[in-house]
Amino acid sequence: MWKVDRKKCLRCGACVSVCPFLALELKENGLVFHKELCTECGLCEKVCPVGAIKVKRGKK
Amino acid sequence: MNKEYDVVVVGAGPGGSAVAKRCAERGLKVIMLEKRQEIGSPKRCAEGLTFSTEKIIGKIPERCIAQKINGTNVYSPSGKSVKVDFGEYGGYILERKVFDKWLAIRASRAGAHVQAKTEVVDVIKEDGYIKGVKAEFEGEEFEIRAKVVVAADGVESTIARKAGLNTTNQLINIDSGFQYEMSNLNLKDPEKIEIFMGNEVAPRGYIWIFPKGKDLANVGIGVAMSQKTARYYLDKFIEDNPEIFKDAGIIEVNSGGIPVGGFLKNMVANGLVVVGDAAHQVNPIHGGGLKEATIAGQIAGEVIAKAVKKGDVSEDSLSEYNKIWWKERGRALEKVQKLREVVEKLSDDDLNMLAETLTGDDLIEFSRGNKLFNLGKILLKNPKLITLAKKLI
Repeated sequence: MWKVDRKKCLRCGACVSVCPFLALELKENGLVFHKELCTECGLCEKVCPVGAIKVKRGKK
Repeated sequence: MNKEYDVVVVGAGPGGSAVAKRCAERGLKVIMLEKRQEIGSPKRCAEGLTFSTEKIIGKIPERCIAQKINGTNVYSPSGKSVKVDFGEYGGYILERKVFDKWLAIRASRAGAHVQAKTEVVDVIKEDGYIKGVKAEFEGEEFEIRAKVVVAADGVESTIARKAGLNTTNQLINIDSGFQYEMSNLNLKDPEKIEIFMGNEVAPRGYIWIFPKGKDLANVGIGVAMSQKTARYYLDKFIEDNPEIFKDAGIIEVNSGGIPVGGFLKNMVANGLVVVGDAAHQVNPIHGGGLKEATIAGQIAGEVIAKAVKKGDVSEDSLSEYNKIWWKERGRALEKVQKLREVVEKLSDDDLNMLAETLTGDDLIEFSRGNKLFNLGKILLKNPKLITLAKKLI
């Protein structure tokens, strides 16, 4: 399970830079998540400066 | 909009503007696209620049400068400070929103076509070459064909990766940054930058106060692999230092990822060049990328102009950029990355010891990748630090 709290997200793109699978993109209107590419590795959660992303392995 | 160009630059930050300007000056037909509606905003940067950078960028107009700086105090965990003297106003704190626009304006005046609020969604790939981009403007998708695509799309870069060049950075080489622009501060000296280090304050990083006026400052933090978020540590620091922040206002909030290593051996492909944060071109010890992006942008601009003129934009032809960048910047920055890897492993006691021993001039030399041997020798005195010291010797 991958979740972003859009009220916390500051659209900085730190998460995009570490995602090995291009599952995240920072568009002009916010963060875009490509579910089919995500492996729930959790790197994006670790790098997020404001704790906006939560990843739980194996949960839908 | 004309849709055939020599060069399309994706991203109008300092790196993109440097490439666009140089290519336009060399007579190429250039377009620079920026996805945001305003170039330079939001900023993700501490906005500091040393005066010497003007040698590379050119004379910076007064309107881009919020505050002139004559030195830095670097505080160890015990509170002991190492003073770095810049001489009379050796540094600036910029108004990045104004500065980035000025860079784009210069590119535009040099002849580059600049277009904000135009988002690049993909690259056009044909016969093993990148032949342009697919972009979106006001909800309409269109193609821009170009001989060379420049990925200057920042830390969140996906253009290079979509083109097939793996530029993903490792978590260990990305700092989490968070910053406030603050007002009504009680600054000790608005002409000095203050840096605070320590594993409690900012694990594997530092907190900065960059004055932007008598009682204004860009206050921020870069940390990595930390237990808590960057925001948590900065808020805690502000709470713990009421003598500075008691009545402060927050007038802007920003965050960002800061590449602090992981330099790319190859930053080109057939018809593609990567510059700036997108290519991790940042000084790993202080996280400053403005100067690096500009230098790389200028090198890339020259190489692209040459390649387009001789009609060969293959990876082989463009790899001249790799060669020059590594010779001029890469080797030095790789040393600085080693320095960062050592510093981030030091305990608070080690940092306190260094604050007693080192001078401001030492810090300046180290941050440029010079004289690291001297630091290694100091660390060798502590038997526990031998392995770390050896990295520098």
